Formats: sequence, C-alpha cells, structure tokens
Amino acid sequence: MTETTQSSGLAAPSAIGEWIGGMRRSAEFIVIPLFALFVSASLFSLFLLALGKSPQTFFELLWRGGFGTEFSWQNTLVRTAPLILTALCVAIPARLGLVIIGGEGALVLSGFTAAVVALPLLSWAPPFVVMPVMLLTAAITGALWIGAVGALRHYRGINETIASLLMFYIAVSILNFFVEGVLRDPSDPNKPSTAPIGPANMVGEIPGLHVHWGLAFGVVIAIVLGIVMSRTTFGFAARVTGGNVRAARAQGLPVGTLMVSATMIAGACAGVAGYFEVAAILGKANGSLIAGYGFTGILVSFLARHNPIAIAPVAVLFGGLAAAGGLIQRRMGLPDATVQVLQGLIFVVLLVSETLYGRFRLFDPEARG
Amino acid sequence: MSDILISRRRLLKTAAAGAALGVAPGLGAIGPAAAAGLTMGIIYVGPRDDFGWNQAHAVAAKALKAVPGITVVEEENVPETIAVQKTMESMIKLDGAKLIFATSFGYFDPHMIEMAKKFPDVEFRHAIGLWQADKHPKNAGSYYAYLHQAHYVDGIAAGLSTKTNKLGFIAAKPISSVLTNINAFALGVRKVNPNATIQLIFTGDWALPVREAEAANALADAGCDVLTCHVDSPKVVIETAEKRGIKCCGHNASQASLAPKGFITGAEYKWETIYKNFADLLAKGQKLPNFERGGYDKDYVQNTAFGAGATDAAKAAATAAIADLKANKPYVTGPIKDNKGKEVVAAGKTIDNYDNFLETTNYLVEGIVGSLT
Repeated sequence: MTETTQSSGLAAPSAIGEWIGGMRRSAEFIVIPLFALFVSASLFSLFLLALGKSPQTFFELLWRGGFGTEFSWQNTLVRTAPLILTALCVAIPARLGLVIIGGEGALVLSGFTAAVVALPLLSWAPPFVVMPVMLLTAAITGALWIGAVGALRHYRGINETIASLLMFYIAVSILNFFVEGVLRDPSDPNKPSTAPIGPANMVGEIPGLHVHWGLAFGVVIAIVLGIVMSRTTFGFAARVTGGNVRAARAQGLPVGTLMVSATMIAGACAGVAGYFEVAAILGKANGSLIAGYGFTGILVSFLARHNPIAIAPVAVLFGGLAAAGGLIQRRMGLPDATVQVLQGLIFVVLLVSETLYGRFRLFDPEARG
Repeated sequence: MSDILISRRRLLKTAAAGAALGVAPGLGAIGPAAAAGLTMGIIYVGPRDDFGWNQAHAVAAKALKAVPGITVVEEENVPETIAVQKTMESMIKLDGAKLIFATSFGYFDPHMIEMAKKFPDVEFRHAIGLWQADKHPKNAGSYYAYLHQAHYVDGIAAGLSTKTNKLGFIAAKPISSVLTNINAFALGVRKVNPNATIQLIFTGDWALPVREAEAANALADAGCDVLTCHVDSPKVVIETAEKRGIKCCGHNASQASLAPKGFITGAEYKWETIYKNFADLLAKGQKLPNFERGGYDKDYVQNTAFGAGATDAAKAAATAAIADLKANKPYVTGPIKDNKGKEVVAAGKTIDNYDNFLETTNYLVEGIVGSLT
C-alpha cells in the first residue's frame, strides 16, 4: 500500500494513486464522524453512571430495541423514512451555504394540502388519480414554502435560518386554523382533523418489510440527489456558491436561480415526507403531523455532512435511537428525554469535531507516507 | 411541539429526574420483571409528572403495580403518530404485554384500531369513550370517567366562595369533552349563586403555558376572584391565581399543594378504580368490558379535599352534591338555556347521568360570558 502511494505520488499520479487519494479523502469523512459518535457515547455513559444506571444495559437495550429483532428493524425503518426526506431538506441548501431549519413547516403544510386536495376528488376519482395528485400537491407546496425562504434570502437579504424557523410557526397556525375551522370533519366531534382520504387512497407497505413506500421513495430521492449534487453542473455550481458566493458571482454563476431552485428541491423533499405521513399513516391531516421529524432531520443532515448518500444510513441510526427509546424507558425507568440527551450530545460533539477536518496527514492525499 | 425546541427544558427535567432516580435502588434489569402473570402497558402522550391528565393515569398505574402478578410497563411522551403503534407493538413483542392502555385522545384512530386488528389476542383499551360496537374490533374498547360531575361540584363550591360573583374558566379547545366540563361548572355555580357569571377564555391548545398565564392574569384583572381550567396541566393557572391572591379550583389531578392559600377543591379522575377493576377481572380470567364509563356512582371521579379557599357554606353544599351524585341522581335538569338564549333542555326535563346527550355538547349554558368561535 505504502509503496503504491509513494510511487503514484510522484510526478504524474496514476489512476490507482488517484483512487487511493480519493479513498483517503473519503476516509476522513467516515472516521471523524465515527470518532465523534464514539466520544458522545462515552460522554453519555458518564452521564448514565452519574444517574446510577448501567451504560452496558443501556447500549444492550439500544441495540435490541433498534436493531436486535425483526420487529426492531421495522420499528427503526418506519421512523427512518421521514427522516431521510427531512434531512435532504437541510442537506441540499447546505451545499450552497444556506442553513434551513424549517423543514418541519414544509412537512406539516404539505401534509395538510395533500389531505385537502384529495377531498373534492374522493367521490369520483380512482386511487391512481388521487394518489399522484396528492403527492404532487405536497411536493409543490413544500417547494414553494422553502423556495420562498430561498427567494427572501436572495432578493431581500433575509436570514434563511430565522425565516424558515419562523415560517414553521406560520405553517402550524395555518394547519390549526383550517383543521379547527372550515375544513374540520364534522363527524369527529373531538380531535379536529380533515375528512379521511379513505383506505383505498392510502399508501401500502413494501412487501416483506412492513414499512410503507415512503422509505423506498426517500432512499431513491437521496441517491438521485446525491448524483445530482456530485456529478452535474448544477451540483458543481451549487458547491462553488457554497464555497464563496462572490467568487461564484464573479464567475457568472446564476446565484439567485441556484438558491431558489435548491431551496425548492429541499422543500419538495420535506413535502413528500408530509405526503407519506398523511397517506401512509394518518389518513387525514391533523395536529399529529407536527411530530418533530423536520427537526431531527437537521441532526441527521449535519451528521451526514450534508451528503445525500450518507443521509440514509445516518437516518437509520437516528431511527434506531428513536425506536429503542421506548424500550429503554420501560426497562430502565429512565425518562423519555434520555435518548434526546444522547442525540444532543452527538450533535454538539459533531459540531466540535468539524475543527478536526484537514488536521490529519493520514487523510491528506497530497501528503507522502 | 418539536423535539429540538424543547430539548433544553427536557434536558433539565432529565437531570432533575435523574437525580431523583439516582437514589432509587435496583439498576435496570434487562428482562421484563415477571414472566408469569399479566403484563400491561400504559402509554402517555406527555410527561408523567405534569400535574394533569398524564399524572392522573400514572398515579393509577402506581396502584396497579402493587397488585401481585401484574407487571406494568409505561412509556411517556409518545406522540400520536406511527410512534404509538410501534410502542404498542414493542410492548407486545418485547415485553409480552397482553393488555394495552392508550391514554391519549389521538391514539385511538387509526393507531389503536390498526394494532387491535393486527394482534387479536391482545386487549386494547382507550381512555376516552370512542369505541363503537358496530365499527371497531372486539378486542378494543374504551373506558371513561365523567369528570364533569366533579366539575359540577367544583362549581357549587366556587359559587359559594366567590365575593365578586365573577369566576374565570380557561379552556383549551371548544370540543365536546371540554364544553361538558365548562357547562357543568357553570351549572354548579349558578345553582347556588344565580347572580354569578363565568368568564371563559379558550387558549387554542392543550399545553400553552404562556397563554394560560396571560389568560389567568387577564381574568384576575377583570375582577374574577375564582379561576379554574380545562387544559392538560393546570399548574400555570393555579400558580398564577395563587400569586394574584385569588381562589382556584383544580382539574385532572390534585393541585392542592400549588395553592395553599386559595385552593377550593378540584375535579379529579380516579382512574385507579377502573384499572383495578380491570385487573381483578383479568386475574379471574374474565373478559374486560368493551365500554366502561361512570362517575361518582362508580367511584371513577372525586373532588380534591377542600383547601383554605373553600368557605364553610361551600364545603357543606359541595358535600351534599357529592352524596347526590354518588346515588346517581341526575344534576342536569331543565329548563336550561344556552348563553344565546336558546333552550337546550326543556323545563321539567331531566338528563340522566349516563345520557349520551352530555357527550355531544356543542353550546355554552347561560351565565357563561364567551363564545365557541
């Protein structure tokens, strides 16, 4: 290995040398987050010891509840599905240097519009009409919602982080206003909801997995966006803009168009997540849409370093954490917030670990030996 | 509302809970505590120490844990999403639960129904009366306590403890189960004090502490000298009332300790009666009723012991009202008008305590200042 690297590192790098260099660079993006995970797990163990609980039991239960049985896997994957899509809502704008944290708002509002657009169709249209119309409506709603954040940023200079967060509260208010008002299903006197979309229009499960099709959609969209961001001129232009907006402008890149389209793609992803929450799980729109997937998605995206391909496995990790949370609560008598403490630790340690990039010669393809 | 936004609060709470748990003996064992006997799972939508709805159930669960042969597994803060389905499944598959109590409104449809279809040999019960024999699976059901009876008693005690004849009610949402409690309180107040009015404020959601505090202060500013509420956790309302030097009535669980000076009484669920009855039935190998409900007559509700805010007249009248309710005497008798002047119960007509009429309330009775929209 060493020999190959050395020889290829000379005058003209061979193909294999480039490959190894690439591997080294990628290794940095895997080793450092894994190290961060290890550090946060160690810190969390100290936290547990301070509470008088056994870290070993905790991690055993974490494994069993998240991944240890067939059911645990289903439980994990069900929670993974929306996380992939909401993480993409953070990751794509992040490539342009935009920090969007309001994906939850796009999810909530899109789930709502999807449920509402179905209402006039229910009496006459077959499922193969209703379902795509709902999906499309959700994606467009999300695209417009987060796209508006991108546009506000570009045209009015409004901070996209704050704008997207505040728009989450607007989305919730819009949902509540209609669901508790004109669009409320009169047949349900208690929990305010829109009228149900009916079992025929519900999305089924992936055969053999007992997880709805949202998971497959999420994985496919993540892979497609991964390719778009790394192999197309759009992705390249986005990365240049993220690196240095002024340089990108000087190069004649359409920065405004890029920002608006990236935020629209992001919003559409969160919108699709909202569609599946309604069409695969709830069957109607109501307050249950506000489940926090959009916020956990931020953590997923940061841990995946905003790489769409890496988002899927990281989402599985967070899905597993959430899935095991209940078991840990029940068996160890720990409060529900325990798993959130772990999530918070991971996030903080991860942000700190950002400073480690580029500090190790081991990962530098230019370095000799 | 969202995980990340309240994580700091939760973290603090965890630390506090952790400190308390730290002294408790017994590190978590990995297997469910008992192999034989019955394992039941109880699921809460919020924290178990919220001074409200969830705490009322959690206190009952504690009573169940003392029953030999019964293992109780509990999970708190479970949202009304697919998460609750997975929690039920996890309790069934990993803990061996044979009986699931789902205590939040939104758990029922579609989540509990789905799980009841999937696991026909497990019994599911939901803590609000939504189950219908013709529509829902036979291994599902509901149980409910008529808390409005205790609110009626609250009203009687409050009506005789006010000096300004203005009382304040802070409610979450204008839905039937809330309106029934508001109306019951107003009927109690007006029965003993026909000149009193009840100022009503809706906050819009189950847990909005800031808005609840604003509403409580606004009502106090408007001259109300007794406050009560129907929100998930009455803590803020009760504490604000006490701070303002006015009286209060509780809701859901005991808040007496929060207002040592002004507490009158409070409407409390007594879920342990229901849970214990269910446990006894199961121990005998009998099936649980699909639809179980009741009030004072079945010992399913109670009023908190009178506090320093209750006058002697209030104590006497409230105690008499409790005795009537225990004998299942109806408390809703005509004529009753709504607050727009329309007659809702004709003169001479009596509504039985078990009449479904009370569960489909969509009006406010006379004497309440406020509207549904």
